[in-house]
Amino acid sequence: MSPRRTETGGRIDRLRTIRFTFDGASYTGHAGDTLASALLASGVTLFGRSFKYHRPRGLLTAGVEEPNALVTVLRGEVREPNIPATMVEIYDGLTAVSQNRFPSLAWDVSAVNQLGGKLLSAGFYYKTFMGPAIGPLKGTRFWMFCEHFIRRAAGLGRAGLAPDTARYGRMNAFCDVLVVGSGPAGLMAAKAAADQGARVILAELEPHFGGSANWSGETIDGMPAADWAARTAGQFEGHDNVRLLPRTTVWGYYDGNTLAALERVTDHKEIPGRGEPRHRYWAIRAKSVVLATGSFERPLVFPGNDRPGVMLAHAAERYANEYGVLPGERIALFTNNDSAYRSAVALKKAGAAIVAIIDVRPELSSEMRKLATKAEAEIFSGHAVVATEGGKALSGIKLQRFDMTSGALSGEARSVHADCLLMSGGWSPTIHLASQAGARAVWDAARQAFLPPKPTQRWIGAGAFTGSFSTTEAIAEGRAAGLSAAGGTNTQSTVPVVEAAPGDPDPAPVFEIKASGKSFVDFQHDVTAEDVRLAHREGFVSVEHLKRYTTLGMATDQGKSSNIPGLAIMAEALGKPIPEVGTTRFRPPFTAVSIGSLAAERFGDLKPERLTPMHDWHVANGATMYSAGLWYRPMIYGLAGETIEQAYVREAKATRESAGIVDVSTLGKIAVQGPDAAEFLDRVYTNMFSTLPVGKARYGLMLREDGIAFDDGTTWRLGEQDFLMTTTTANAGKVMQHLEYFLDVIWPELKVHVTSVTDQWAGAAIGGPKARAILATCVTGTAVDNAALPFMGIVHGKVAGVPVMICRLSFSGEMAFEVYCGAGYGTHVWEALIDAGKPFGLVTYGLEALGTLRIEKGHVTGAEIDGRTTARDLHLDWMLSKKKPFIGSAMMDREGLIAPDRLQLVGLISLDNRPPSGGAHVVEQLDEANPHDSIGHITACCYSPALGKYIALALVKGGKQRHGTRAYVSDPLRNRFGPIEIVSNHFFDPDGSRMHG
Amino acid sequence: MLITCPYCGPRDVIEFTYQGDGNRQRPQPASQDLDAWNAYVYERLNPAGDHNEIWQHSGGCRAHLKVVRNTLTHEISSAAFARGDHKSGARHKAEGKS
Repeated sequence: MSPRRTETGGRIDRLRTIRFTFDGASYTGHAGDTLASALLASGVTLFGRSFKYHRPRGLLTAGVEEPNALVTVLRGEVREPNIPATMVEIYDGLTAVSQNRFPSLAWDVSAVNQLGGKLLSAGFYYKTFMGPAIGPLKGTRFWMFCEHFIRRAAGLGRAGLAPDTARYGRMNAFCDVLVVGSGPAGLMAAKAAADQGARVILAELEPHFGGSANWSGETIDGMPAADWAARTAGQFEGHDNVRLLPRTTVWGYYDGNTLAALERVTDHKEIPGRGEPRHRYWAIRAKSVVLATGSFERPLVFPGNDRPGVMLAHAAERYANEYGVLPGERIALFTNNDSAYRSAVALKKAGAAIVAIIDVRPELSSEMRKLATKAEAEIFSGHAVVATEGGKALSGIKLQRFDMTSGALSGEARSVHADCLLMSGGWSPTIHLASQAGARAVWDAARQAFLPPKPTQRWIGAGAFTGSFSTTEAIAEGRAAGLSAAGGTNTQSTVPVVEAAPGDPDPAPVFEIKASGKSFVDFQHDVTAEDVRLAHREGFVSVEHLKRYTTLGMATDQGKSSNIPGLAIMAEALGKPIPEVGTTRFRPPFTAVSIGSLAAERFGDLKPERLTPMHDWHVANGATMYSAGLWYRPMIYGLAGETIEQAYVREAKATRESAGIVDVSTLGKIAVQGPDAAEFLDRVYTNMFSTLPVGKARYGLMLREDGIAFDDGTTWRLGEQDFLMTTTTANAGKVMQHLEYFLDVIWPELKVHVTSVTDQWAGAAIGGPKARAILATCVTGTAVDNAALPFMGIVHGKVAGVPVMICRLSFSGEMAFEVYCGAGYGTHVWEALIDAGKPFGLVTYGLEALGTLRIEKGHVTGAEIDGRTTARDLHLDWMLSKKKPFIGSAMMDREGLIAPDRLQLVGLISLDNRPPSGGAHVVEQLDEANPHDSIGHITACCYSPALGKYIALALVKGGKQRHGTRAYVSDPLRNRFGPIEIVSNHFFDPDGSRMHG
Repeated sequence: MLITCPYCGPRDVIEFTYQGDGNRQRPQPASQDLDAWNAYVYERLNPAGDHNEIWQHSGGCRAHLKVVRNTLTHEISSAAFARGDHKSGARHKAEGKS
């Protein structure tokens, strides 16, 4: 028999023994045990080392709010740190280790930090790590060097480096009533709502439904409360309208009654079931929510309140009643309220000796005296614990007479031998979700607690959550809340009868016993009462500042046990009542959430891939693909042994000498159709489209409402009311939304439909001196000579039996044609064009050569239409019609947009025959040590085979006025400095003779 | 946050794209009143409470909606077609009744 396990009792399966290891040592427990209860049963008192001082720490609680006993669970190579041992269900083979200790939990070298405790007070880091301001280390990175070691000493668990192999899932759920918490209130709410026929979800963060009923020792409907809870929950099984979610923490309450929950599906299993995810993230949309989340017991703040063996009273009661474990043999209780007396009776019944009940209140009710007598406990009313003794386990406590109104201690300190001290500082309703949902909590002076605010969303509270701490009230409120949430009316009916210990729910307003020694407020972050007062002395008034300065409530437990005591101590220091100091608002998540569950199935590369119809051909023919937004496009079609530069120079050169073909299927394509299509285009483009004849295309420019250039492209008039607009690849979606917005919101009277047809057309641009000859050999059904197909003309014909639409337009500066066909025929037509081009030396070219050809011509793309440039900046002012208003026309002439010193498009030639880079700055005076006074920047650059030089496009102040002058490229990031000449952006064939040809 | 598209029904906010302040009044296209244009392009209300907004159901029917959203609670008190009498919306309602 384990040293602390009771002979009988508890809701564990004593016939099933489970073996696990903690810090390398083997232990056993029973089915139904948590890691905390099984270790406690085995006599373990030391569970962890504290955050700053490395003080030995034991269990404070039995539940989700545990601040001390944090462990790391190992599964193969995967580590999961910072899990409360109280929330780990044991299974055969469980391997857990303690945290924040070196070399071992029992012998921890950093425990020496306790001696220097004064140095590590609140704000230590802020005050210390300002960097040495004087002395030999001034201006050095000495503190950053030290920080490395300090960070190692302080802290919690260590995350692993091994990839998480577990699967995670995500579910969207909808219900009429979501009940959060399955104590008596939650169970009654779920039952009442389900009986009304409502779709109910009941979420419980523990493995078993029942909440406090599982350990309260009370009687409901004549049976042990735990049996009543099991029976009530069992009645839901098989009901289609009730979904039970055990091991599920509702951790976030968001807009529109959307709640987030985490279901721990397999953490308690040795081997997960087939296909089961480890965790499941639930996004629940609930018409109504019943919050029956109960309450947390508060610790009292007194010297040595963190010693292993000091525990919350209800936690000890729970270990005894639910797990059959006694946390001590000689137990003392220290309380400011009645609830601890019930705990004393329960522990006495389980076999412990209750050596003392120390109550800060001078007067006790006769009922409490009766309970104390039942527990055979000596009562010390009007007393307080002023010290605890012992090392890794408690050996004794000291008490003194205590005056509740003044807080003064008096008389001789008296020692009591005890191996366990239970404390109860009153109860705080678990209002986290209500706080997340909106309004501020309200301080209740009687309960000495923040009660839930008025609902700002559709939720109803029930039970201890509302400050109604008795089970009788919980049952009545739960039933009423469930009925109301399901839209039912409250009818008289018999409700379960509760037999429970009596007790006044209101505690005495005592939070702290001031005596010498470290009194902890926040156990997990090692924040003491003195730290809170220090923050006050240093001028921190707001509770928000207090929190950040002392880090009170900022650990993984988010202050579940420390917020109210901390606030009370701050209020006292400020001389203000607690409600005037206020409380911080709770934010999601209620407890830690695995990142994996948030991602669920969505991990890896989440971008959809857009592939052109000719994608497979490109890959099969040696293209190096390049990701451009969501699209994949050929960058180069490299030959063996070629560098990228050699490949694109060869492709661009061949295009200018004979012909080249490039896949342009990625261009945005929008069908603009309807009686008012031409009028609409006149409004959205800066230039005229209503005058464009059918069968012709025109280059168009769009501005934003503020007069800045937005996008460019050609638009083809296919019919009187039928246009095909092309956009840049990158802006296709934005232009579509822009057009839809104006048609839907601004000009609903225009009869125009816009349809994205990007994916319906495959496009190939074929350009070069021999392009027309190539088309002539393969296009049927139309002539392609200058008369039939002039510059910007459109013809319809066939290539290899497939209908095509050909427009003669040029981005490369060569005589060029864009051949469009249905997307499904893309590869077929492409291959036919390649075959036709073979005798003419046709090459395929990629994005790099495309860029080279356009830079040589000085055409703009997204690099120059960058959201800051105007049409004038890009020398496109010839496109600004004066005959009509258009989007941006009113705003484009504002003073700042026509200023002469704006950045304007120019060309650059590298004078040292080395390539500059995009993003590099242009300067008048070269100063490599201290680069300054940029006059602009490079937007695109390449080696130009046509010029035999490295050239670039740039946006430079003053623009044209600098043509023919010298400047420098200044690129300190890439250490590239050198002379350049500023020239026109039209490097090659400025009069366009080649494309008009 | 759910927005009830008059055509598609209640849908999650991820299906929608915010398209700006619904209070903006665009001047007549030919207007040269720079103050009016300035107000339209740049000036925005920032109410703590109900706010008129334009949302596009970009992941659905692509209609633009006039939405009244409370900036304090995210409560949406109305969502209607920005075009006003949207024929497809009327048809949807009629079908719903039949």
